[in-house]
Formats: sequence, structure tokens, C-alpha cells
Amino acid sequence: MNQVASLVITGYGTNCHKESAHAAKLAGADRADVVFFSDLCAGRVRLSDYNLLIFPGGFLDGDDLGSAQAAALRWRYMTDADGRALVEDLKTFFDDGGLILGICNGFQLLVKLGMLPALGGDYFTRTASLSNNDSARFEDRWVHLRANPASPCVFTKGLDRLYLPVRHGEGKMVFESEAAQRAVVDAGLAALSYVHPETGEPTMEYPYNPNGSPLGIAGLTDPSGRILGLMPHPEAFNHPTNHPNWTRGASDPLGISLIEGGVRFLKDG
Amino acid sequence: MLVRIHVAVKPHVTDTPGRKAAASVKSALGLAVDSARIVKVFTVQGLDDAQIALAMERGALHDPVLHDVSLAPLARDFDWLIEVGFRPGVTDNEGRTARETLAVVLGLSREQAGRLAVYTSTQYLLAGGLTAREARRIATDLLANELIQRFEIRSAAEGPDIAPRAAEVHAEGVSEVATIDIFAMSDGELLEFSKANTLALSLAELHAIKAYYTRPGVRESRAAMGLPPLPTDAEIEMLAQTWSEHCKHKIFNARITYRDEDAGTEEVVDSLFKTCIAGSTREVRAAKGENDLCLSVFKDNAGVFKFTDEVAACVKMETHNSPSALDPYGGALTGIVGVNRDPMGTGMGAELLCNTDVFCFASPFFEGELPPRLLHPRRVLEGVREGVEHGGNKSGVPTVNGSIVFDERFLGKPLVYCGTLGVLPVMQHGRPAYEKYHKPGDAVVMVGGRIGKDGIHGATFSSEELHEGSPATAVQIGDPITQRKAYDFLMRARDLGLYSAITDNGAGGLSSSVGEMAGQTGGARIDLSKAPLKYPGLRPWEVLLSEAQERMSLAVPQDKLPEFLRLAGEMDVEASVLGEFTDSGYFHATWGETPVCCLDMDFLHDGVPQMELSAAWKTPRCEASGLPEVADQGGLLRTMLGRLNICSKEYVVRQYDHEVQGGSAIKPFVGVKLDGPADAGVIRPVLGLERGLAVSHGICPKFSDFDTYWMMAGAMDEAVRNAVAVGADPDQMVGVDNFCWCDPVQSEKTPDGAYKLAQLVRANRALAHFAKAFGVPCISGKDSMKNDYTGGGTKISIPPTVLFSAVGIVPDVNKCLTSDFKRPDERIYLLGTTWDELAGSELWQELKLAGGNVPHVDALSALSRYRALFKAAQAGLISAAHDCSDGGLAVALAEMALGGRLGCSVDLAAVPQAGGGLVDLVLLYAESHSRLLVTVPENRAEEFERLCNGQILGLLGRTGGHEVRIGRQGRALLSEPVEALARAFCGTLAW
Repeated sequence: MNQVASLVITGYGTNCHKESAHAAKLAGADRADVVFFSDLCAGRVRLSDYNLLIFPGGFLDGDDLGSAQAAALRWRYMTDADGRALVEDLKTFFDDGGLILGICNGFQLLVKLGMLPALGGDYFTRTASLSNNDSARFEDRWVHLRANPASPCVFTKGLDRLYLPVRHGEGKMVFESEAAQRAVVDAGLAALSYVHPETGEPTMEYPYNPNGSPLGIAGLTDPSGRILGLMPHPEAFNHPTNHPNWTRGASDPLGISLIEGGVRFLKDG
Repeated sequence: MLVRIHVAVKPHVTDTPGRKAAASVKSALGLAVDSARIVKVFTVQGLDDAQIALAMERGALHDPVLHDVSLAPLARDFDWLIEVGFRPGVTDNEGRTARETLAVVLGLSREQAGRLAVYTSTQYLLAGGLTAREARRIATDLLANELIQRFEIRSAAEGPDIAPRAAEVHAEGVSEVATIDIFAMSDGELLEFSKANTLALSLAELHAIKAYYTRPGVRESRAAMGLPPLPTDAEIEMLAQTWSEHCKHKIFNARITYRDEDAGTEEVVDSLFKTCIAGSTREVRAAKGENDLCLSVFKDNAGVFKFTDEVAACVKMETHNSPSALDPYGGALTGIVGVNRDPMGTGMGAELLCNTDVFCFASPFFEGELPPRLLHPRRVLEGVREGVEHGGNKSGVPTVNGSIVFDERFLGKPLVYCGTLGVLPVMQHGRPAYEKYHKPGDAVVMVGGRIGKDGIHGATFSSEELHEGSPATAVQIGDPITQRKAYDFLMRARDLGLYSAITDNGAGGLSSSVGEMAGQTGGARIDLSKAPLKYPGLRPWEVLLSEAQERMSLAVPQDKLPEFLRLAGEMDVEASVLGEFTDSGYFHATWGETPVCCLDMDFLHDGVPQMELSAAWKTPRCEASGLPEVADQGGLLRTMLGRLNICSKEYVVRQYDHEVQGGSAIKPFVGVKLDGPADAGVIRPVLGLERGLAVSHGICPKFSDFDTYWMMAGAMDEAVRNAVAVGADPDQMVGVDNFCWCDPVQSEKTPDGAYKLAQLVRANRALAHFAKAFGVPCISGKDSMKNDYTGGGTKISIPPTVLFSAVGIVPDVNKCLTSDFKRPDERIYLLGTTWDELAGSELWQELKLAGGNVPHVDALSALSRYRALFKAAQAGLISAAHDCSDGGLAVALAEMALGGRLGCSVDLAAVPQAGGGLVDLVLLYAESHSRLLVTVPENRAEEFERLCNGQILGLLGRTGGHEVRIGRQGRALLSEPVEALARAFCGTLAW
């Protein structure tokens, strides 16, 4: 069985790194190291020493210029200690078979880097974005989700329904064109959807769909299935008492189960 | 060259912020606009055409999927264009990010980047039949706050062209140090001088300063250091700041003659702080002995207590009232990021764990005439809400508890309480991490943001009442990301052992932070010219006094300094060495070689003369009015649920992240549809442990008009019972007191000062009595004493208000309780006695009653009840618990029912009451303290009752059905569908 070494990258306003690392450990990762973006620039940490990369939630640069916009440009134009653009390191990490999970602000970063949905395997061209919630508000509330069984995503494999919190103001998917949206759906890249709690079907009804995302899209994967980005926070459901109705005896699968999918995939090689 | 880059969403993308702006114009101003669209403008300075073109091509400032970008205006098809930008010198966070991003995208050198500046502004394109006057009103009353922002208006005919304009501060560097000839001034002139310069120094204090400069030897020692015999501007400013009410708590330390006119007695209180607050804490700690949780109280930026043997927690609450009155958004934002710096600066620095906030406003539905300079309460509420949203959410600190209290007198000054808890190791690097270790020779280092004119005179300004001429520089906007970066760096530096002490820059800036740290070593010497500035033009004293945000001051041992500075640079955080700590006995500041300030440390910290004040108490008397007959009890219950002080605050709370950091165990909302209110927040501070902290509070200014003694007692009981209601151990709790008072110093403008001071004395006495009775020590606190407004011939004083916050240990979060009914056919018990106590209550206000009895607290019986409840909860006997507070028993039952979407049948005859014969309205709505409702499954009832043997409790009825049914001995009083109650509860603020 392979070792799973996960790396959680923080700094510049990211703030969910601690619970994300905790969740990775609970999900079975052998290591969960938290490092700052500056550690990568300084060459103190190399992506190649890891096989599971987590971009946690937070407020990169305070959402100025739009969520994760400034951070995406930092990845693209800043260099590591060897003078290589950091985005090249990311590309190599992925090409070498690494898994990438972007949560909330981390998802926004992956989309703005062009790593999601990466239609046709074009990994660094932005074809989608995340825009203001239709409610025009940041909101913290729990949502019902369903994993797309037709998706190639390795994280959601075997999962059906999930119940997780969303905490964002910019979570509405916008694709560059209708065609791009269709292509994403056709390729099964819409890995997770907001669903109505009663029907279990993808919904546009607020607040079950908290942001007005088309087709209830809550998370995307890439054609390889090794990248997952989602607006909800699986790491925030790391203990039964995180469930907002645990005192009523409610139980749903922990958010950890999503990360377990990725860990299992790596362990099984 | 100045270039305007315009960014707007593409036509097919929804312009959500535009839609929101249009809706606000309608809801806040009642003006009809057809639509609003937004164009963001970046005014860029310091790039050539090719660089601008490249930045646009690379999408530096826009998202190619969402936005169009253009050098030409993108505004078209509008009736009115309003462009809002910042005034020069005001923090522009997005401008900062834009500048940093342009530098990265264009690969600018450090030097090139230094010449680059970006100023942001926002265009609102309004369509609809508005007059020029209405457009202007939209600008002044909604879109812009002219204290910090400026705007331009264009009609359709005028077109969208606006000349580029930088919000740059034009000023020359001024290193001049002025002297002030206080000896040439008469007493009247001295006071005039103090007022004109917002110094808030009293005559006695000015005389003490005069006396210092004539002390033998002072002139000579000053001459030896190159200082003139007369005080410098910096020295006067530093003394005024250090001695301000805000920093020195002069009223709490005053010698007060307290006359009780009812009893005809008189006595002297020598410092309310020392006797009532610190005194009670000392006694509680002594009584607790081995079980004392306190580690560090009153001496640091936050109080520290033991969470486990390895992990300590700390807590601090602040208020940011005056700034929030002038600019609600900026005031609240700096309030929350400011109080975050208190745990960051506690001991060797704590990690931020959670925030709490409590606001006091006038009704957002206020319709009267607003006195000059006051903002409409709805605008205040919206601004404060958003400020705390941005401050908390962007910092990654969950907001786990809070409330909003409404009273018309908060029109004069809103109260904005912000609190933060942190965690730190009990021991680190072989020594307690809740202490500081700096020595003479350690470097004075400032870390984080830069210094501007913002916030100058914040400490002295908040030590005055709000008036029409209050200084605008006291207002500032926080920058949570700059602070977050500094925090990330500092936590790493702490773990690497790179510094020996840390404190925050709050009120008084460097003069306060370095001045206080220098107290431990016995002096400091700093060169103010080494401090990084946002823009030139600050005088040395302004650098010393500026309260610019996001800064921490540290002591760094010289051998660690290179590594400290290297790490700061690597993590993109500015750190500047300003000087070093000494044991010279002086606080010594220079500007390069020019002496600026040299003050004796003892005089600086202990030279302020003790105030002598008088207080006179006379119990207010008022005939109790009779109670009306209520024909529609169901309708009354719905009305009560919709009252501002009772109704759901979900609109505000949902917009706060309450579960970042992953430890949330009890959230603000509970129940089937997650719209029932929780009594307190519970979190797991250490994710690997089942142990939790409950965070709760009590606040009841509505009782202050009757007797502040019982107001204070009530607030403390409410905080403790809220924590107990979610499962905290009543024997493992600490408290924090935050006093907000109206000016209690008798004077011409405050003719009732002696009474207001007596109110303060009584509240403090209650604090001491009930802290000891509950065994809950205050470990930190703060006071804000001048919450009055004068203007337009009106004076508005807030009701005396104390926020009492409790933090309780929850041994096992899996045993926590929530308020929602869980299952049908469970027993409903009421614990505690109901008295004829309607005075001040929500019902009393609703029915406009007069007089009556204010609720009292019997702490000993309450504590025994709380212990029994805790025991029963640990044994798993209780399925729901909820405290009775605003709106009494009826409201508490309704809240439990709507949370569980499950009805109940209750007989008031079973309510344990004092004396008997209480009428229905009293049983339903009296706000007698120390009462809790619990539900118990039938099969656990026997064990529950056995455990509660000796407690005052009544079996009121059972859960079940779809209605809340309340009767009394067979006589039906009301039967209301649970859904109807939920609608009433949620409707008032459903914005």
C-alpha cells in the first residue's frame, strides 16, 4: 500500500488549513503538513514530496478583485527558489499522478487557475469562474449534496448523499459559454450537486441551492478525476457534533468520507 | 500618469451587487429605481502604456470569464452615475491588493513597485426617474460616508467621463517638534487648549503636568538629553493618551464618596476596579483553591485561564462605540480586527479561536427626526453587520455567539461589543507562555501595517461625548488580510522562539504599546523616523500616537533579530526595528537625532492624580400601573415573538461564519428547520479532544432605570444560565465584564452625574457579590464611560449597560443540550421560581406599563439549580433545555416549540410561584431570573426528579401536537400553531 503524504497550503488569507489537515489525517493520510505559500517560494518545501495537495478555504487577499483572483495570478507569475514559475511545479505534481482537492476558496483558486474544469485536458486556461451568490450575501448554512455516479472523480467514488456546510459569498458557477457548461455536464465533470432534501434531485431552489449555481453544481472534477473542487466544506464536518442537528440524533456521513475517497485511491495505487 | 481602468460584468452575467444596490435604494430610502449596475474603477499611477496594456491582457484586475475591461468608460444607458471613492489617506484594501497584483503580474522590481499606486472607486449606474436631489441623497445617505469617502455625480446628459484623480495625501515631511508653554496659560486657557486639541485632560491633570516640569532636576536631565524645559507636543500628547479615561480607567479608579439618600448613609469607595472587580476575583480564586482556573488576570491584553493541563485559553471583549457611530462599517471592522489583536498580544501570543459580538441599536424602523451628525439606525445596523462580517469572516475566526439589543436611546451612540477568545500552550520553550520575558537591550520591533494619520486621538476622542465636531481622523478602516499575514508570521515566530514579548497597537499606538512594555524593563528608546509611514507628512508626535491598525509591537532579543527579520521578509510582512528597551527609567523618543519626547516612566504611568467623585443614590419611585385584560393571548404571544429584542436575528447571524476552524458543536441556530435560537455557542478548541468551551453572555440594560444593581446581577445570571443551558459546568466558568456608561461625572453638561455614578457603584457592587456567589471570577474587562451625544440642542445618554460574558468548560461536547423540543410525549419541567417581576420586561415595554418590581437574583438557589441541571445533563436525562429570559416563560416555550416544530400542552397552575396568586400575564411574561425549561423523556423522569430532589421545579405539561397550548387549571389561554409562532419569530427582520 502506498503512503499518502498530504500538503495543505496556506497564507495570504487562507484560514481553513488547520481543520483541513486534521481532516486529512482522519481520512487516513500518513502525513498532513501545513505550509505557507512563502515556503514554496523559498524552496523550503517541494510539491514533489507529496501526493495529495489540499487548497483549503479562506479569504485569499480578502476576495479583493474577486475570490482567489490575486492568488491565481501569484501562482502563475511568481517563481520558486530555482526560478521556475510555481504553476510549473503544480503542473508537474499533477502530471506525476498527484491528487488535488480545493475547498471553497481553494476551489475558486483551482477554477481561476484553469485547473478546473480543464475541458479537453487544457489545464491552465480559465474557462469558468465563480461569481456572487444570487442572494448577494455571504451565508453560512448546511446544504444537501449528491455525488454524480457518472463522474470520473476519485474522491466521490462510492458516495451518494452528503450534508455539509457552505460558507461563501461567491459560489455561483459561471461558464464562459453555454457550450462549455454542456460539455462539463456531458463529461460528468459536475461531480457534486446541491439537491433538494426531499427529492434528492439537483435544485435551483434557494436556500437548498445556496448561490444560484446552474444545475445546482456544487463541485467540479477534471477529466482525469484526480482534481476535485467544491464550495461546501467537508473538513468542517469532522466530528459528529459538527452536524447542526446532532442533538436530535441526526447523522450523516462525515465530510471526511470525501477525503477518504482520495486517500483510498492513492493507497490502492 | 494616471490611468482609469474600468471593469464591469459582461452583459450576460448577473450584476448581483448592482441588484443589491438597487434594492437598498428602495428599502433604505424609499426611492424607486428601475435598476442599478456597477462599474469598478482602478485609478493607476506609475505604469506606462505598455505595462497597462499588458496588465489588461493578462487579466490582472479583471476576470476574463466574468468581466469586460476598458480604458474608456463602460458606463452607458444610465440616468444617473454616482462614483464613490475614498478620501486621501483612507485605507483602500482593494487598492492595495490591486497594486500588489500588478507588481506580481508585471514582474516589477521592488523599486518600481514602490512608485506604483492604485486607488479604487465604484460607479453606480442608476436607471429610473430620479431628480438631481434624489440622486444626491442616494449618494450621501446610502452609498457614501463623506467622512471617509467622496463622490461625483453625472447625469445622462453630462455623460460618463470623469477625470482621473488620485486619492493621494499631499504633504511634506515635517520633523518639527513644537514646545507648548503651559506655564503661560491661565486655567481657562489650559482647559481651552485641552479641548481644542482633543486631549481630554482635566485641570487637575494639567496641573500635575505643570508640577512635573518644575520638579527639581527635571529641567537639568532634560537639558542633558537635548530637550527643552517646556513640554514638547509629543510629551503632552503622550501624557494625554496614557492618562485618558480610555487607557487609565480613571473613573473606575476614582475615590468615590457614595451617599445613599434612602438610607441616609455615606461611605467612600477607593477604586471600584480594585475593590469590586479585582477584589472579587481575588476572593473567588482563593475560595476555589486547587480548582482555580485562572492563570493571568487583568494584567495582560486578555485574561488567561486553564482549558486543559497543556492548553490555556484567553478571552477579551472590547467596545468600539464612538467610531461605529461615525462610520458603522469601519468602526465595527476595526472593532473586531482590533480585539483579535488582544489575544495575539497576550502572553507570548495566542491563536485566535472565536469571536463574539453584541450590538445595541435604536430601532431600525425609527421614523423621527435625526439630530445632526447621527446616522439612521438601520444604516448603523447594516454598516456594523457588514463590518463584523468582513472582519470576522476574512480573518478566519468564527463568530459563535452574540445578540442585538434595541433601545431608543442607542440612537445617541450605538454600542458595538466585540470579543475574541484565543488558545495558547500553558508552557512553551520551557516557560509559561502566558507571561512576557523581555529585558533591557531587546529590540523594539513593529510588525504589520504602516502608520498614517488614521486613528489619531482615538483614545482621547472616545473619552469625550460625541458631538458635531468630533474628529474624522478617529475613523479608520481595518485590513483583515494584512493582519492575517502578520498573524501567520507571528505564530510561526512564536513557535520558533524568536521574540521575548508581544503586545498589540491599539488605543494610543506606539506610545501605549511600547510605553506599557517599557514598564517591565524600566524604559525604552525609539527613533520614530524608522517607523514605516503610509504617506509623508506626519509629525513625530503623530507617528507616536497614531492608532493605525494591524500593528503589533514586539521585543526581540538581539541574537534572534536577524532570523526574525529574515522570516518576516520571506512571509511578506513588514517588520521595523525602532529602538530598544532600556532600564534608564525614561521613555525616550527621537526623530533621527532630534529629541522628541523624554518622560519619566513612573510619572508617565503613575502620575495621573486620582479623581475624586461623588455619587448620590435615591431609588427611583414610580407607581405600578395595573395590568390590562388581554382578550387575544395567542395574538399577544405572536406580537411578543416579533418584538425586536426577541425576534430572530438570523438575517445578521447567517452572514457570519460560525464554524470555520472546524470545532463547532452548538451553533447559533437549532431545531428541525435550524431557525430556533441557541442559548450559547459551544466549540471544540482542540480538534482531537471531546472537551469544549461554551461561550455565552448576559445583557439587560432594560433594568437599569430601576436599579443597576439588579441589572448587573441579571446580566451575570443570564450569562451563567445560558452557558449551563447548553451543558457547561457551572463550577468551571470565568467571566468578562464590559461596562458602557453615560458620563457619570457631575458637571454643567451632566447635572445628573452623581446619580449616574451611584448607578455605576451599585452595578459594581452587584458584580462583586454575584461573582463570589456564583464562583465566577472576572478575568478581563473594559469600560467605556462617555456614551452620550450632544448636538442640535439635544442630549441623548445611553442606558447604563453591562455586557457580562461567560466562558464555561464543557467536559464532553457529546453531552451538550439544545433548546428545541425533540420528541412528542416528553415531560416539560420549569426550574426556578416565578415572581411578580414585570418591571422593564418585554411585556412591560409592549404594554407601556409603569413601575413594578425589577427581577432579583437569588444566586445560591440558582447555583444549586444549575449544578443539578449539569448533573442531569451529564447523566443524559435531559433532551432539551432553554433559559427563560426576554419574554419570560411564554416566549421560551414558543421558542422550544418552533425549534422542534412540535407543540406542547402546558398548565400554568404548575408554575412554581412566589406567594401564589400571580395573574396569567405575570406567569407568562415575568422575566424572573434563574429559570430554565427542560424536557425529559418519560422513562428518565423518575431519575431526573430524584436528582432534582430539593430543587424548585414544576411539571408544566408535555410535548406533542402542532400547537402550543397553554391553559390554567382547565381554562384555555391560548392555542397557537407552531408554524404561526415560527413566522412571527422570523418575520420582523427577514430582510
